[in-house]
Amino acid sequence: MAVIRDVMPAFDLLQPSSIVDAQKLLEQHGADAWVMAGGLDSFDWLKDRIKKPKVVVDLSGIEELKGIHATSEGIEIGAMTTLTEIVNHPFIKQHYSLLAQSAELVASPQIRNQGTIGGNVSQDARCWYYRAGWPCYRAGGNICYADTPEGRNREHAILHADRCVAVNPSDTAPALIALDAKFVMRTAKGERVWDAEDYFIGPEIDITRLHILQPGDLLTSVRIPSSWANAQFYFEKVRDRNVWDFALLNVASAMVVSHGSIDRIRIAVNGAAARPLRLKTVEDAVRGKPLNAVTAEMAGKLAVQGAVPLQFNAYKVPLMRNLVKRAIGGVVEATWTS
Amino acid sequence: MDFLEWATSPWGQRVPIHIAWFLIWVAAIAGLLFLMVHASYVRYFAKAKEFANSESPLIAARIPEHVPRHSLTARLFHWIMAASMFTLLFTAFLPKVGLQFDWVTYHWIAGSVLTVSILFHIIHASFFMDFWSIWPDRVDIRDARRRILRFFGKPAPPPERFAKYPLENKLYHGAIIAAGLSSILTGVFMMFRVRTVFFPRNPYLFRDMTWGMMYVLHGLAGVGLITLILMHVYFGLRPEKRPITKSMIFGWMSRDFYLEEHDPARWPVGASSSPSRLPGAKTERLTDAG
Repeated sequence: MAVIRDVMPAFDLLQPSSIVDAQKLLEQHGADAWVMAGGLDSFDWLKDRIKKPKVVVDLSGIEELKGIHATSEGIEIGAMTTLTEIVNHPFIKQHYSLLAQSAELVASPQIRNQGTIGGNVSQDARCWYYRAGWPCYRAGGNICYADTPEGRNREHAILHADRCVAVNPSDTAPALIALDAKFVMRTAKGERVWDAEDYFIGPEIDITRLHILQPGDLLTSVRIPSSWANAQFYFEKVRDRNVWDFALLNVASAMVVSHGSIDRIRIAVNGAAARPLRLKTVEDAVRGKPLNAVTAEMAGKLAVQGAVPLQFNAYKVPLMRNLVKRAIGGVVEATWTS
Repeated sequence: MDFLEWATSPWGQRVPIHIAWFLIWVAAIAGLLFLMVHASYVRYFAKAKEFANSESPLIAARIPEHVPRHSLTARLFHWIMAASMFTLLFTAFLPKVGLQFDWVTYHWIAGSVLTVSILFHIIHASFFMDFWSIWPDRVDIRDARRRILRFFGKPAPPPERFAKYPLENKLYHGAIIAAGLSSILTGVFMMFRVRTVFFPRNPYLFRDMTWGMMYVLHGLAGVGLITLILMHVYFGLRPEKRPITKSMIFGWMSRDFYLEEHDPARWPVGASSSPSRLPGAKTERLTDAG
């Protein structure tokens, strides 16, 4: 049977105008509902006819989910705020430039105009075996087609693989982890606030999801505390095509340096595992150390300990080592302008 | 309603990938229903057990106060198997019913422990214990028929007392063999699909259909074990079965219970009074089938 592409399967389109309405609809339809933010990930799935939800809940009409607000503890970004708004927001550019950098490196301007922060952190894996609709682990099956001697796994995981070797594709996720962001969710049990790093899960916990959102749950906003505002930031994304591509690896760090020593640091990488990894071991190792090439070298080596490359992605090990090294040692030189 | 989950392989073949997970609940509910029905039957309808004859005082006097039933080796095997079996069931099915945790590593480690313990048990039971004591014999079949006839009020002589194991025990052991070996054999092959310390991954060891059937068999055996283990725990906790359960802990059962339920002619025991004072390996071999 010929595969029909670009013709979406029929579904009921529901367009709530408030968080309360959205939550009611999501609870009502449960696993039958597909939550659509900017639609960039969603339309891939739908047009490829791989996912065939009965109901699509379009969040674009909910004004409560949009906007960037200063709070007493930092800033709060609505989940439906576009990446372009984040990139151009003066307060974010001034105080949380790490997030602005990461958001600006997402895809293309057109996609950033449509894509949202909530969608970017909640998007699905890009493994092509999975996206092609093959019955792999992530799709509920019993095999990983990428983790085989013949599998095309150049973009896949080098750390924490557990049956599935797909990676998280988000660029903003490691930046938000480095900024110690909190993700605010509405669930059937009420509002829940999670540390950014705990929002993401690996295949060892749930092989079919990249994050903790369950059917009926809704990510409403991202809170970034002021504790890391104006820290020394570093973000670097390595990709095959610099104009528009998903990251092979990216790294985000926030660092406070005093008298030449690393006072505080948070560092995260993405593209190395099914979830963005906060490198706590590296943070602990470099905290209190002088900010120099030796420390950076040590951090890089520490970051890739335990890495298990697949057939075609061994390059990620030195790449990640060097990105972490640069995130620490190169932070002074690395400046970013919008 | 489909009992299996199906998928289309990259080659366009429709293949089963695993059982439908609602079967977990079917198995659990079936087990709970069984024990409720059984408990109600025993409480309100069951008649007292009646056996063909009782032992002469002379023979009874030769029976030790503590009748050895399970050697330390057999008991250790049983409890290691029980621990690994519970670990396997919890790690397999809790994530499927909503409790998410890192289960795969615990699952294959517990599976490996179970596999080794079962291999040990097969060798131990075949060469160092009374192998046939756990298999139904002609007396069991005859007595089963008598018990069924009597249950329905038909005239039939009372059954003999049991050998070392009642027929129900033997049938349960057979069911556990079927479900356990199915899950172990398929589980060993399934370990080729995950990263373990034993073999290099090779997900293409079999064709998709063969893998699919293997996952289905593993799942069916697994949910079958839910029911079987529920029944086993239930019987282990029942008051009239406690002497048997205690014998799996301490190694012996009382002379009174032995004489009440077991036929010394079918299960002869030595003259010592406790397992620690058994005359030697010969007695253990005579009396122990695990």
